[in-house]
Amino acid sequence: MPVIKDAVCSLCGSLCDDITVTVENNKITKIENACILGHSKFVGMFEHDRIETPMIRKDGELVPVPYEEAIEAAAKILVNSKRTLSYGWCSTSCEAVSGAIQLAEETGSIIDSTANVCHGPSALAAQEKGSPSATLGEIKNRADVIIFWGCNPVHAHPRHMVRYSSFSKGLFTEKGRKGRTMIVVDVRKTDTAKLADRYVEIEQGSDLLLVTALRSIVNGHEDVIPKTVAGVPKAEVVELAETLKNAKFVCIFFGMGVTQSRSKYKNGDAMSSLISDLNQHTKAVMIGMRGHYNVTGFGQVATWETGFPMAIDFARGYPYYNPGETGANDLLVREEPDAAIIAAADAGAHFPQKAVRHLARIPVIQIDPYANPTTEIADVVIPAAVVGIEAEGTAYRMDAISLRMKKLIDSKFKTDEEIVKDLTEKVREMKRGA
Amino acid sequence: MSEILIKNASVCDPAQGINCETMDICIRDGKIVDSVSENAKVIDAEGKLTMAGGFDGHTHSAGKINVGRFMNPNDAKKNLVPGLSGQVARTEKTRAQVGYNTPNTYAIGYRYAKLGYTTICEAAIPLLAARHTHEEFKEIPILDKMGLSLFGSNWQVMEYIRDKEPEKLAAYIAWGLKASRGYGVKIVNPGGGEAWGWGKNVSGLYDPVPNFDVTPAEILMGLAEANERLQLPHSVHVHCNNLGKPGNYATTIETMKLFEKVKPSRDRQSLHVTHVQFNAYAGTSWRDFETGAPMVADYVNGADHMTFDLGQVIFGPAMTMTADGPVEYANARMLHEKWSNQDIELEDASGVVPLFYSPKSFVNAVQWAIGLELALLVKDPWKVMFTTDSPNGGSFVNYPEAFTYLMSEKRRAEVISGFSKMALDRMVLPGIDRELDFYELAVMTRSTQSKMYSMPEKGNLKVGSDADIAIYDILPGHVDPSTEYAKVKKAFSGAAYTFKNGEIVVKDGEIEETPKGKTYWVNAKVPENIDTAMQKDIDRKFRKYYTVSKANYMVEDMYLQKPVEIGTEGVF
Amino acid sequence: MKIKANLISGRTADQGAHLEAKTHKGYFDACTYCELNSADLERLGASEGDNLKVTTEFGEVVVFAKANEGNPEGLAFIPMGPWANAVLSPDTHGCGMPGFKGVPAEIEVTDEKPLEMKALMKKYMED
Ligand code: SF4
Ligand SMILES: [Zn+2]
Repeated sequence: MPVIKDAVCSLCGSLCDDITVTVENNKITKIENACILGHSKFVGMFEHDRIETPMIRKDGELVPVPYEEAIEAAAKILVNSKRTLSYGWCSTSCEAVSGAIQLAEETGSIIDSTANVCHGPSALAAQEKGSPSATLGEIKNRADVIIFWGCNPVHAHPRHMVRYSSFSKGLFTEKGRKGRTMIVVDVRKTDTAKLADRYVEIEQGSDLLLVTALRSIVNGHEDVIPKTVAGVPKAEVVELAETLKNAKFVCIFFGMGVTQSRSKYKNGDAMSSLISDLNQHTKAVMIGMRGHYNVTGFGQVATWETGFPMAIDFARGYPYYNPGETGANDLLVREEPDAAIIAAADAGAHFPQKAVRHLARIPVIQIDPYANPTTEIADVVIPAAVVGIEAEGTAYRMDAISLRMKKLIDSKFKTDEEIVKDLTEKVREMKRGA
Repeated sequence: MSEILIKNASVCDPAQGINCETMDICIRDGKIVDSVSENAKVIDAEGKLTMAGGFDGHTHSAGKINVGRFMNPNDAKKNLVPGLSGQVARTEKTRAQVGYNTPNTYAIGYRYAKLGYTTICEAAIPLLAARHTHEEFKEIPILDKMGLSLFGSNWQVMEYIRDKEPEKLAAYIAWGLKASRGYGVKIVNPGGGEAWGWGKNVSGLYDPVPNFDVTPAEILMGLAEANERLQLPHSVHVHCNNLGKPGNYATTIETMKLFEKVKPSRDRQSLHVTHVQFNAYAGTSWRDFETGAPMVADYVNGADHMTFDLGQVIFGPAMTMTADGPVEYANARMLHEKWSNQDIELEDASGVVPLFYSPKSFVNAVQWAIGLELALLVKDPWKVMFTTDSPNGGSFVNYPEAFTYLMSEKRRAEVISGFSKMALDRMVLPGIDRELDFYELAVMTRSTQSKMYSMPEKGNLKVGSDADIAIYDILPGHVDPSTEYAKVKKAFSGAAYTFKNGEIVVKDGEIEETPKGKTYWVNAKVPENIDTAMQKDIDRKFRKYYTVSKANYMVEDMYLQKPVEIGTEGVF
Repeated sequence: MKIKANLISGRTADQGAHLEAKTHKGYFDACTYCELNSADLERLGASEGDNLKVTTEFGEVVVFAKANEGNPEGLAFIPMGPWANAVLSPDTHGCGMPGFKGVPAEIEVTDEKPLEMKALMKKYMED
């Protein structure tokens, strides 16, 4: 029975590449090294609610149709649409993303990724102040002070701390967890906070205040700090700043607590400045805790193919980018798209009600291996192979390192890459006919 | 069988010593041949300057450039060189294009081709991130590509040098080139990348690297020895220590001298020093900063073991990107600019910072002059590769503009007239009257590249070479570049024809076809026992320090577009 | 009794483990609750498992009550998913990102039961 080593887990942005998979009769029977999320992905494959067949909504109900009919129906929607939103493309391969971008370009669509609802503001912050970062191995080998700010890896990236951060051991960090100071900044005492040496609880939405205060202290202006900042007593803020300054190597891992809270991209912008200031005293970097396993890959591919990482509007024939205008949620709330492709992501579950309401009103093409809330509002549903298990391809880890995902078992389903290709061909054919 | 006959071309091919002679060129199946049949398609090139396709031997066009695009979306709209920059809608033939300093991949391919360039060498591939570079290569149409892999702050390299294991070091370099599918050895600020892991830098050739007990000089010599032992097609490609610092010309000359004792294993230089403009500064601070080009050029004129490239500055916005992490941080602090950084575990550092070169800034004016001084003071054009270190000194789309600086004193004087008195006092350019001719320009933009990268099928029009050809609508002898530089710029900005592997890819400055280019990489043979011993050491690195497994580290075959494997035989 | 709270959403391991099993009961269990400090629950007169109606400017949703001492008083947490999104803010303030954290909400005990996923989504189709 084949045992496949060094498989890449295609679930979260940690993209662990040390998974051992046992396959028997084209079924995965054993998984070693994965966490509960990864395990559930690999093994769950056979328990989860796969979309078994292409479907089209007729009289309000999704009914099975042959693949060609679904592609034809989807292509028709695209050809008839004046403003298509293509959204998602994050739980899939870079090769599929590339195809999706080409389709968007040819149909004059807008294409956006799940960054719209997770680390989009981090991109904006980088565009303001830059992104002072490092690969995860730098943290593993060097970092003696690690902050998790507005993120909860115990839940969202379960193996992160063991493989890359708090608990890992490297050349200059032989003592592992004992040799590191782990700090958590959050608005509630998360399970990650419970493991920290220091937990700094801030008032929800006041991240920017604390970052700014830390900058002031690092730059020698302790005197301007008020008695409390973000609900934290001054003495504690000063101590935190001193810990950072006196470290050998600082890494701030930040999550959606930073990107989604009040001040949004301004938080990341200030954090980037804090990192720059800290480098006057020590070494410091920051890394965004990306959720979907290949949301980073979407950003990379989109950037080299279109110049922009997300929210790309091809209406003018060339890429146009203005995230507050061309982001998926803004578009839907403005009720602008007249059709949508939702692929390898679940807008139905993860967009606020107003955006979902508009999606429910327009023709929606879903491409996904699994039934989910988006299926409930979709008009054409095309099942796909699970990338990283049934299909190979490239994915980018949260630190922008790309890895090759393996195909572990055979599947009767087409890959996202193939589906996009078929769809593009069909659209071209219809346009030629017209 | 596809045949083309280019008739009555005014051929300038320094590799054959041909200086603008009227002749025919025959093409069959992508190669230049002696003769073609009567069925050949005929292209009339009468009155047109015809050269081998341009070869940019040092450009940042895949990988790190993506950080530049990402952090500076404003660049997308910039249209400072109409026809070669800005936003362009898709057409039936071409994908949508954006950008100036950091164009999207498609624009890079189209625009180089429009300039008559057909081959590019990406200047920095981090081993761990090499897959990314090749993914971008795949999306750059038309051009042939290759890249230089970074070894200058690599733990395994430093350990082998410290432990005096030259054979294992060579085996490791061979393996690293294979893992990253690289073409040659790049060394950036040797040891500085590791020091930057702690927010520090090394100050010169003899400043030991923290924790590794080796000096930059030892790293350079160790890698040069390995490079020659493996008989690699290119020499080591060095970005010197102290880049961007006043007074650094001394380090640069010292580095060049160090290599006098290195014996090249092939008919090429033993050292290539890159973007020397950034490393030819005199003075002790930005206050008394002045050109160090005369000293560097003096040394180079007396040396026969090395080549270098310019890193010419172009006024206007630029995007700096380098594995020299500490330099970028210093840039960002000094200029109050945004700063991106990406240190690569066990291997190197990197940074990206946008900046603006203004003729009004005396420092920028002197930088601009230094690049040209180097090109003009060094007598032998075969030692000089023309680059802007795109987009560090400026975007490659400005090459035609820069050619006019090299070819016309009058044009230079025009630019210089806008400089301050202080700037003029710190440069020697106004006293230089040399003007390059088309032949010398061809040397610096294609012929010397062929030699320095040991690519006999590139950069020349010999029978048997690749039919990568640029035809420009300008006739030497009929146009005086010294005064008619506007015509020179126009001709080089949009080739009348660019042939890639015998296919017309550009006609009258517009894209005709967008074939896929080849990817060159080097596979150096190493005795099995040495390889096995070396593998044991790196296995330990992967087990203990890397965050990816060795199996997933190697760039897989499927990432290489039309790969061309260059085999070499290591001498052990 | 109603209390005012500051509503945030976020990832949990359970929610994450059901990312690809959203039609399952497990997903419903992983996402259909609101975590409050037990002092807040007490003020509401609610115990764990009771039905809570969460109302914001943008809508209302019924979820189960859950205690979490990690939450400071006045902070309510619903795991990311369609239930949370029934009441979170669609406003991006021009930067692309909706308001997933820091939405003022009112919370009260109710007899209504949480809708299961399909029923919840069906409401959008009927709108
Ligand atoms: S931490 Fe993330 S990538 Fe690693 S096994 Fe768990 S889910 Fe998979
Ligand atoms: Zn360079």
